[in-house]
Amino acid sequence: MSLLAVENLVVRHGLLQAVRGVSFSIERGETLALVGANGAGKTTLLRAIAGAHQPTAGRVLLDGADITGVPSHKRVGMGVALVPEGRKLFVQMTVEENLLLGKTAGRPGDWSVERVLDTFPNLKPRRHAKTGHLSGGEQQATAIGRALMSNPELLLLDEVSLGLSPLVVDRVYASLQGLISSGTTIILVEQDLNRALSVSDKVICMLEGRVALEGPSKGMSRDEVTKAYFGLHRKSAGSVPA
Amino acid sequence: MSNQIVQGILLGGYYALIACGLSFMFSVMRIINLAHGSLAVFSAYALWWLASRFHISPFVGLLIVLPLMAAIGWVLQRFLLERSARGGALLPILTTFGLAIVIDNALFEQFGADTRSLAPYIGSLSYDSWEWPGSIYVGKLAVIMFAAAVVMLGGLQLFLTRTRLGRSIRATSEDPDTAGLVGVDARRASALAAAIAMVTVGLAGAFLGMRATFDPYTGAPQLLFAFEAAVIGGAGSLWGTLLGGIVLALAQTLGAQVHPQGFLIGGHVAFLIVLFIRLSTSGLGLRGLVRLPARKTT
Amino acid sequence: MDGSANVILSAAGIHKRFGALVVLDDIDFAMNADEAIGIVGPNGAGKTTLLSVLSGAFPPSAGTVAFRDGDVTALPATARCRLGLVRTHQVPKPFSGMTTFENVFVAASHGAGLGRDEAYEEALASLKLCGMLGVANRRAETLGLLDRKRLELARALAVRPTLLLLDEIGGGLTDGEASELVDTIKELRRRKIGIVWIEHIVHILLQVAERLICMDAGKIIADGEPQTVMADPEVVRAYLGGGPK
Repeated sequence: MSLLAVENLVVRHGLLQAVRGVSFSIERGETLALVGANGAGKTTLLRAIAGAHQPTAGRVLLDGADITGVPSHKRVGMGVALVPEGRKLFVQMTVEENLLLGKTAGRPGDWSVERVLDTFPNLKPRRHAKTGHLSGGEQQATAIGRALMSNPELLLLDEVSLGLSPLVVDRVYASLQGLISSGTTIILVEQDLNRALSVSDKVICMLEGRVALEGPSKGMSRDEVTKAYFGLHRKSAGSVPA
Repeated sequence: MSNQIVQGILLGGYYALIACGLSFMFSVMRIINLAHGSLAVFSAYALWWLASRFHISPFVGLLIVLPLMAAIGWVLQRFLLERSARGGALLPILTTFGLAIVIDNALFEQFGADTRSLAPYIGSLSYDSWEWPGSIYVGKLAVIMFAAAVVMLGGLQLFLTRTRLGRSIRATSEDPDTAGLVGVDARRASALAAAIAMVTVGLAGAFLGMRATFDPYTGAPQLLFAFEAAVIGGAGSLWGTLLGGIVLALAQTLGAQVHPQGFLIGGHVAFLIVLFIRLSTSGLGLRGLVRLPARKTT
Repeated sequence: MDGSANVILSAAGIHKRFGALVVLDDIDFAMNADEAIGIVGPNGAGKTTLLSVLSGAFPPSAGTVAFRDGDVTALPATARCRLGLVRTHQVPKPFSGMTTFENVFVAASHGAGLGRDEAYEEALASLKLCGMLGVANRRAETLGLLDRKRLELARALAVRPTLLLLDEIGGGLTDGEASELVDTIKELRRRKIGIVWIEHIVHILLQVAERLICMDAGKIIADGEPQTVMADPEVVRAYLGGGPK
């Protein structure tokens, strides 16, 4: 059985339909990359999976159980953790306090403050610093660590490389590689297509709230994704006025 | 003069007690509770009723009234404030304003217009005093009140920084949406915070009844003192609230020195001066009154 | 780009800084009166900021903007509006409590400075052009997303623009709605109104734009025939990162 299945999900922001009938599933241990232009609905889709947005229609199934109506804090207890876009740290609180908050749901597992600090050694000297004063890379590490503290089965990563220097992005992905090989199921949103294809088993390209392209990352050509990304495979592309 | 200063500082303890709940509710739930003073008076009446009817000492009565106040806070948040907050920032203010009117008039309906006090039920404590060096006489009750304020503010501070529940409340106050995403039940955290705020209000009401008299319409001036102390101290800061209470009380004491009827005026003048300085130096306009970062929106 | 005699809007050496953040970094831009230009680029490229500088919402930190042979760098948005340079917004903001017609009427009488009868006619014509006669007497806050976007367009048209600046007017629409909007904009093209259109949804844009500009990190990185621009490796890299070099 799939760890997560999303069926015909529709999510609205007021008048705007951000996700328009998306279906996909992900097996335990898989890594899925979501790509797509800004406004394609990736962040909204992740937030709906995490329970921060209530969908208008469709279902979210975790391990076969319908969790569509379950609020976000209970989903954390069920093993779904989101590293939100823009990190969303509690900036008035220290690194350690942010990490400890991740433990609120009380899921059993072997993640602890010590283990997070071992995974992200750059956080060690900053343990008691307010997160508002950290560098971008340190903030991102704290945000990922906070999600890991809940011992998730499904980790949702929303643009973890946003605003970081290439060097720091490499470091973040190096530590993610450890998680991927340890069997954590991951859905990640990533702007850099090459990186997205190289870390994932499966890739979904979204366009205007829909799945424009879905397939295994191996053998997916850059050209194919580019066409889906801009919607150039559609009929309309042919009718450009000369 | 040093006598007056000591008395002023001790009175500041009472103002800190009454301001604490107001500032706590504002910083955590972003609600300005205009029923704050009326709820304190309600607590005083509850203690008076237990004492006059069942001969329960007000200090023992707190064991009954404080849990009751906590329950009231929980219910208020869950069934009234949370719902009205969905209608925008103005609606909770109007709701609590209406609540204040309801409480005041219900108390009037039930207990009449007579002035009451808890002083007769606490024995000699209401007038006993210690002599300090320099022939300064300090009321035992005033010292107890000040100590209670320090213990309560310190206890709250420890609770918020050292316990899991405290961290949940702080996380919720900073960003309820993200708090949910890390596993915090934001609704529960807010209801708990309201319960805690009401416990502090209950305690403030007890001291109000012991140190002075009250009637069903005493709530409004208590709200004003709480508001002034909270703003002087910087709403949202616990130790600032204590400082704000002391400044307010000292200003009132000074006002009384200048003119027999200058007690209240002195407090108002201090409040307005601080308000003016905050508004003109922060560059944030009215938002500068509050030591809070803008809540993140998603 | 040639035939500078026909240039209606031009910007030279535009820089825009917000504090330490450089949002526009030396932009040079010129367009002819009857052109339809699309602007694309990843988030944070500076597209909306460029539009704001062109429309006069705020001045550039450096550089000049010229419209119809005159330097308008110092002119505020309202003055540029009366010259015929009009902008729509990413998030439609109709005046609520007014009907659709009243919204457009206000734009015609204040934005274009028309007399009452003339403004009435102009408002009616704009609503008709945008296919909104059927909802003219509905209150604006009850309109759906497509109609709000059209209202935004109708308000801009009522000012009698010679050049329209459109900011993400297609976002959030369904395919059917988007093609209706495209039809309306094509009609504007027939009336010789110049268009600068920022849009994330590239394939909608390509149905109208004759020239495409791609921005990234405050610079123009490609400018030319739409299909050529979209195939430009620099453009693909700006969106999707890395890539074969």
